[in-house]
Amino acid sequence: MANTAVSLHSVSKHFGDFVALQEVSFEIADNEFFTLLGPSGCGKTTLLRMIAGFESTTSGTIDLYGEEIGSLPPHKRPINTVFQNYALFPHMTASENIGFALKMLGWSRSEIGARVQEMIEMVQLEAFAERAPSQLSGGQQQRVALARAMAPRPKVLLLDEPLSALDLKLRQEMRSELKTLQRETGITFTFVTHDQEEALSMSDRIAVMSAGAVQQIGTPREIYESPSNRFVADFIGETNLLEATVTAVDGQRLTCALAGGSALQALAAGAVTQGQKGVISIRPEHLRLSQDQPTDGLTLEGRVLDIVYIGTDSQVSVQLAQGPVVRVRQQNSKAGQETLAVETPVYVALGGDEARFLTD
Amino acid sequence: MSNTGFDLRKYQGFFAMTCLCLFILYAPLIIVMIYSFNDNASITRWSGVSLRWYFDVFNGPESEKFKRAAFNSLTIAVMAASVATVIATSAAIGMVRGGNFRGKALSFGLLSLPIMVPEIVTAVATLIFFSTIGFKLGTLSILIAHTIFCIPFAYLPISARLQGIEASFEEAAQDLYANRWQTFRHVLMPIMGPGIVSGFLLAFIISLDDFIITNFIKGAGVETLPTAIFGSVKQGIKPNIMALSTLMLLFSISLVTLSYFVGMRGENRNSSQKT
Ligand SMILES: Nc1ncnc2c1ncn2[C@@H]1O[C@H](COP(=O)(O)OP(=O)(O)OP(=O)(O)O)[C@@H](O)[C@H]1O
Ligand SMILES: [Mg+2]
Repeated sequence: MANTAVSLHSVSKHFGDFVALQEVSFEIADNEFFTLLGPSGCGKTTLLRMIAGFESTTSGTIDLYGEEIGSLPPHKRPINTVFQNYALFPHMTASENIGFALKMLGWSRSEIGARVQEMIEMVQLEAFAERAPSQLSGGQQQRVALARAMAPRPKVLLLDEPLSALDLKLRQEMRSELKTLQRETGITFTFVTHDQEEALSMSDRIAVMSAGAVQQIGTPREIYESPSNRFVADFIGETNLLEATVTAVDGQRLTCALAGGSALQALAAGAVTQGQKGVISIRPEHLRLSQDQPTDGLTLEGRVLDIVYIGTDSQVSVQLAQGPVVRVRQQNSKAGQETLAVETPVYVALGGDEARFLTD
Repeated sequence: MSNTGFDLRKYQGFFAMTCLCLFILYAPLIIVMIYSFNDNASITRWSGVSLRWYFDVFNGPESEKFKRAAFNSLTIAVMAASVATVIATSAAIGMVRGGNFRGKALSFGLLSLPIMVPEIVTAVATLIFFSTIGFKLGTLSILIAHTIFCIPFAYLPISARLQGIEASFEEAAQDLYANRWQTFRHVLMPIMGPGIVSGFLLAFIISLDDFIITNFIKGAGVETLPTAIFGSVKQGIKPNIMALSTLMLLFSISLVTLSYFVGMRGENRNSSQKT
């Protein structure tokens, strides 16, 4: 890639015997909003700290625009970080915090003044510029941290769960604001979160991590609609995972047998051989319920176990006649919709393109 | 306290015990302070309030001696405390931020040992050391000895303060293009400031107050305030000593108060940060 901002080549990190990251390789494109998504403890912060220069790599190399930066100390890397706890300097005002990097870089007083003013306007903190961090709310502190990190125009901005300390409403506002800022400034963002909704709504591409390894990299749509393994399907959004064995292979189209014996069509996520065991993943919104047996397509028999009303949708749990419980998501607004009750016998229908056969 | 159901005041004799302890601690000081305003030349007979002994300290027959001693004490204390504070600050940064290095526990032990060693032992050892290497006893020997034994006292508040500062401030500074020195100068030192001031003041008072070691190694003709007072008392206690002692006490109390408020200011700033 000609316009690669950051590239990692088989980067590993060991803390003593503990392997925090194992052979991680990926590339972040210029101007991209790239997200590292994964459960707590999977090594996201460690990876970010290695890019920033606070942690050394045990093996592997990190390049920034084609140049190896592994040996550069943090203050020589044109990369800035928005820390999870913001780490605003308590003895400086908001504008002094924002101007700090510029002062260290030896900008002139007037240049610093102009840039700080620009940043303060960008994050809309005009009224709070001369306040100490302790006199700012969490959201305002977050904006100062953002402005401080963006003031020196870094080549890459690293953000470690910057929204996790904010309340839900503010978090949602900041999502779109961050996304807009990224688009307008053209700075490459590397964003860390364990919140999949945050990742899906903001990112150009997402790297899903688990236990120190990257599981899948792709656009939010690819990650959600075509998970490449069981972990990703389970971690992103909601899904039904049914144990299955492959009975026939026809290119990408598979015929599988469920634990109870029913046959099901599914798409393969990778290379699959006959007899292989794995899971079939079906999103709840891809399943349909009906009380009369549909004449076409694949159907499974069951009875309603539980109905949870969640506003526009209802989530219905169905105990299949042979096998596990599946969750089905149904829109509530449909006029003339049959009303279901617990214990009603139902048929669950699905199209073969929406079921994916996945392995671990 | 109240949530454990333990209320000190319910214990019989608690109040009496407290009064006794306070009395033993402060009665001598209070008597000295009161009698420093005595108009009488005898230290035991009271004959009215006056400031004559305070004038005596500054203008009386011994005033020249006291002034010279006070000047020595103050210069030595300022210099010893300054050097000790610089060394203690470096030591604290090395110990607290230096990660785990071999001999860390040993270093900590060596740093704080001087507080535990009986002062008389240090005094004798220092004297033997200076005479073995043929170092001339005088102001310089006092200064060196004071600097050394002040280090652990300066170290304690400074390292305590540093331990309370999250490493993320320094990381943020480095991330924002500050090199090591700039990180210390613009971020770590201002945040550590109250700890450094406390360390300095503590070292200053310890140096100002020291008698045993100073007395051993001061050499002929050089006096600090404590050794001058001791010398004067040996010829009989006069009320001017009480006035001088009261002045020193007030000076120490103001320094401790100052140190307390500096510490408080730092605490407030730090704790409100965490929200
Ligand atoms: N300095 C260290 N020494 C030893 N182990 C460490 C160190 N730093 C991190 N780890 C371990 O490495 C693993 C990954 O940690 P990391 O902080 O990168 O997780 P994370 O993905 O950021 O999690 P979270 O979402 O909770 O912030 C964890 O198991 C952690 O215990
Ligand atoms: Mg983390």
